[in-house]
Amino acid sequence: MNYFIQLIVSGVVLGSIYALIALGFVLIYKATRVLNFAQGELLMAGAYIAFALTVQLHIPFWSAFFIAMLLCALLGLIIEILILKPLIGEPIISIVMITIGLSIVLKAIVEMIWGTETRVYPAIFSTQPITLGAISVSKSSLFSLGAAITLFIIFHLFFKFSSTGIAMRAVADDQQAAQSMGINIKKIFAISWMVAALVAGIGGILIGNMNGINVSLGMFGLKVFPAVILGGLDSVPGAIIGGITIGVLESLSGGYLDPLVGGGVKMVAPFAILLVILLIKPYGLFGTEEIEKV
Amino acid sequence: MIKLEVHDLFLSFGGIEALKDISFSVNNKEIFSIIGPNGAGKSSLLNCINGLYHPQKGKIIFKQTDITNWPADKIAKLGIGRTFQNLELFKGMSVLDNLMLGRHNHLKYGIMPSIVWIGRASKEEITSRVKVEKIIDLLEIQSVRKKTVGTLPYGLQKRVELGRALAVDPEIMLLDEPMAGMNEEEREDMARFILDINEEMDKTIILIEHDMSVVMDISDRIMALDFGEKIADGTPEQIQNNSDVLNAYIGGKEKGQVA
Repeated sequence: MNYFIQLIVSGVVLGSIYALIALGFVLIYKATRVLNFAQGELLMAGAYIAFALTVQLHIPFWSAFFIAMLLCALLGLIIEILILKPLIGEPIISIVMITIGLSIVLKAIVEMIWGTETRVYPAIFSTQPITLGAISVSKSSLFSLGAAITLFIIFHLFFKFSSTGIAMRAVADDQQAAQSMGINIKKIFAISWMVAALVAGIGGILIGNMNGINVSLGMFGLKVFPAVILGGLDSVPGAIIGGITIGVLESLSGGYLDPLVGGGVKMVAPFAILLVILLIKPYGLFGTEEIEKV
Repeated sequence: MIKLEVHDLFLSFGGIEALKDISFSVNNKEIFSIIGPNGAGKSSLLNCINGLYHPQKGKIIFKQTDITNWPADKIAKLGIGRTFQNLELFKGMSVLDNLMLGRHNHLKYGIMPSIVWIGRASKEEITSRVKVEKIIDLLEIQSVRKKTVGTLPYGLQKRVELGRALAVDPEIMLLDEPMAGMNEEEREDMARFILDINEEMDKTIILIEHDMSVVMDISDRIMALDFGEKIADGTPEQIQNNSDVLNAYIGGKEKGQVA
């Protein structure tokens, strides 16, 4: 039983990071209908920016954390202005292909600057885990979970109450009508990319803090697909629930099935689930079912 | 006093000429209707005026400003609001939220004040709420204010869309077939609302509508389009007796057409 709870806890921690990345993914999809295949690479970029700031420039972790957040948002903005903006009005599929190209370019840049070996952040939390009854959790995991939950609350409030957040919902719902209300949709597109890059960057820093970083971090972007498909591509709560579910399933299958078959189930489980979901609920648990009225 | 001037507007999509050198002007506080058979270019014209389409030639002047080729959001901010032929509401949101979104331009506060709800944020929001409540009263939608828009019957959704356009507080309102698909009673209500908005709130109205009895009843002036060309404009009486308009509707022979 303890083993089970332990697996659930580590699944939730991992899942909350998936949820963060999924949130960025959903934001871009909602506002612009673009599937961003570079979401994982944005995460990687964020992790390396934080690495450069803390290890190479010796900035204290907390300041580095906030500077990295700003730089990630800036990166999102630059990508939007240089690459996405000129493509407004082009077929969505072209833009999606561009994001694949973007992921390759980002990865190459990171390899060029920092190489391919795994790097670690300076330890900011003691490695002594916190024990609650029979369960023990590392401090950096708790920090990740706390940071993710804080961000979800901030985003919830942002979308519900801020005029920018409401404008983003309006653009996601109906672009023409939003424009006619005086909402500048190009600005909203730019903000979506900034926020998506920002949350991905934070996800990268949280993972880097627990596991160290290398270029394969971009693979996290792929793990997020089952999460968003499960939750529904255009649903923010869906992204969170989907992310956490995938994290927990991965952890459980890793804990129980991997020892039986000699490993690897953990990597496959989320995608097996993805297939099943697509068969039964193609729009995800919370996604908008599109019914075209003729 | 002239409120909006359109000079020689020309719009084509590839080889299809949707609008051919259309010129007209709309006076302050009048109800100006645009009529014409399907595909005459009525909606395209509205889309040009509010910036969703950009004409290849011609000029649109509003408030002494040339707004041709401005983006739609800037035109909305300058004071032109609209409703759409096919409902374009934010379906997942409540009636109140849809109307509050109309107030978007008037809410200037940023993210932080809106989260902590202080100072300007609450003051601006309260002013907006007061205006929105007035619109809700005017359009008689009190009973559904908290309902999700997507769940409402069609006639009410049309009313909410009108309310949302009104919440922007524009000087000119472009109404694209506000009565399409409605029954007799709903149409009468809608006509009454349009007159109220025009008379009590001093809005200039540009209306596209197929229901001729309503158009003739409430319009100050009417312009008729056919195949992207202006065929007539004038008072309802003048339009009713215009032979070109009758031909366009009933399908008379075109000039030079071989029988």
